[in-house]
Amino acid sequence: MTEAGGAPRHKTVEPWNDPGQSPYIQIAGVSKRFGAFVAVDNVSVDIFKGEFFALLGPSGCGKTTLLRMLAGFEEPSQGRIMLEGEDMSTVPPYQRPVNMMFQSYALFPHMTVESNIAFGLKQDRVPKDEIVRRVAEMIQLVQLDDFAKRKPHQLSGGQRQRVALARSLVKKPKMLLLDEPLGALDKKLREQTQFELMNIQEELGITFVIVTHDQEEAMTVSSRIAVMDHGRIIQVATPAEIYEYPNSRYVAEFIGDVNTLEGRITQLGTDFIEIKSAQAACRIRAGHGVEAPVGGAVWVAIRPEKLNISVTPPDDTSVNCMRGEVWDIGYLGNLSIYHVRLESGQMVTSCLTNQTRLVERAITWEDSVYLTWAPSSCVVLTG
Amino acid sequence: MNRGFTWFNGVSLVLGFGFLYLPILLLIVYSFNESKLVTVWAGFSTKWYGALLENQGLLDAAWVTFRVAFVSSTVATILGLVAGLMLSRFGAFRGRVLFSGMIYAPLVMPEVITGLSLLLMFVAISFDRGFVTVTIAHITFSMCYVAVVVQSRLISFDRSIEEAAMDLGCPPGRTFLLITLPVIMPAIVSGWLLSFTLSLDDLVIASFTTGPGATTLPMKIYSQVRLGVTPEINAVSTILVGIVAVGVVIASVLAKRDEARRAQDERLAAAAP
Repeated sequence: MTEAGGAPRHKTVEPWNDPGQSPYIQIAGVSKRFGAFVAVDNVSVDIFKGEFFALLGPSGCGKTTLLRMLAGFEEPSQGRIMLEGEDMSTVPPYQRPVNMMFQSYALFPHMTVESNIAFGLKQDRVPKDEIVRRVAEMIQLVQLDDFAKRKPHQLSGGQRQRVALARSLVKKPKMLLLDEPLGALDKKLREQTQFELMNIQEELGITFVIVTHDQEEAMTVSSRIAVMDHGRIIQVATPAEIYEYPNSRYVAEFIGDVNTLEGRITQLGTDFIEIKSAQAACRIRAGHGVEAPVGGAVWVAIRPEKLNISVTPPDDTSVNCMRGEVWDIGYLGNLSIYHVRLESGQMVTSCLTNQTRLVERAITWEDSVYLTWAPSSCVVLTG
Repeated sequence: MNRGFTWFNGVSLVLGFGFLYLPILLLIVYSFNESKLVTVWAGFSTKWYGALLENQGLLDAAWVTFRVAFVSSTVATILGLVAGLMLSRFGAFRGRVLFSGMIYAPLVMPEVITGLSLLLMFVAISFDRGFVTVTIAHITFSMCYVAVVVQSRLISFDRSIEEAAMDLGCPPGRTFLLITLPVIMPAIVSGWLLSFTLSLDDLVIASFTTGPGATTLPMKIYSQVRLGVTPEINAVSTILVGIVAVGVVIASVLAKRDEARRAQDERLAAAAP
């Protein structure tokens, strides 16, 4: 849509870490039950003005129900939803200063692109000349100038997606809700549109809440992610924190690939802990504390790209060093993925960036290898 | 599949269509007969169509029939629309199965039974039989056709477009008028046309429920035929066939076009950006 001009993107503003900031949207103890089924279970989260907030989870985790409660299509069974301090829980959708972009786009089939976009403004009895001006602005923003007089069935999927976006933005809502907005697009177009969405969001300064099951999409576009499972929010954090410091095995395994090794705490230091793991067959040292007693069961999570693979042994093979045999190699072009079978039988994955052109593999099938990692690059999880 | 022409295909086609349409074709041909004798061809003429205009009894009956058809199909469309909405929108309410069964029952109910029961009811409440009773009877049996057509359209209706309208500030009532109604309009129009033609055609139920001064065209034709078929009857029947055919064709074209458009939408949605 718009060329990336001006200064590069800065994402250093973190209102959620600023105690002086008051939240824009407060979801306070919200539950939604359909009969005996609990779709959303006591969710509390604060969203700040100008955020691009993602609700991420597998299908059926309650993320769409939560979004529909924000839009007003469902009423919470319990709890409150506040926008700028005002309780919105029982305000019907047509009176909320909130707009939604639907997964199916939900364009009105009997109206042209123009009338689709103008519909919301007409409902508010905006003067005619202003409607014309604002619709034209929106059509330009989403680059549909040549398609204004067309009906939805004469548009391609990507164009419809733009009409849906323009229609939901034209009223300048306080919050835009996006329900899997890019789900129907193919991969290339989806990636391109993600960046366009971010540009538009920055340009208009509207708070976006997006629902997605695609973790890459959530990581790319959002300022913060709420990872959901079975109606509960498991962790709310920035994409980097979610990836590097997941608070549970569920989050670690849902976001990206991870190796998890079971073990027991043997030693608790001030800035390190030591773990004995039968699966790893070595002592594991992690560079951060954990809320667990000595002897407690924990899981150590190591991302494949943080696991170094080598055929020569390191200086110290007693700590953070596992031995195994290369079982399988996946070549992805930019990366090579090694599946290594440890002596305990446990499979772990390590990946290497292919920095030089692959002519001959330094490490190949059935090689005996050493897997090492820094104490700071693994995470100890208690649940 | 063998798509070529074979004698077997040709013969079955001719026989099939001949079986269906030969009588009607004969009726149409003889309506242009010069002779007064129905079975003797004496050259082409349109004089019986002219004679129709002189026949006040037939013209009155035709006028009654059109009024009945117009009023009954309009009311049946409204009632059928409401019933169709109810069936497709209100989920599994108490008695839904019974209700939907009762909506569809008149489709398969013998006309004689429907007519007789309506007659008994009008007699029981001592309602004077005439234009109003015929109209009510026609509403009764044609609204279920509208309900079926509307319901099948609503089943494939994407409800998120209604939610989108509400989300953009449109209250539910206005959403129905501005969004739902225009989108399902082809189904409503074809339902109306269907009930209009059903009402035009009906003989049995009208005979049971009519009274003095409200003789419909099919009844008039039937009673005249008992005194011998005249080419005049052929002429009026030809006109009736024409009207019904046009109605049915328009109704099915509307439904087809709606379907084709949706199919095209789906194709485009599946296509690349």
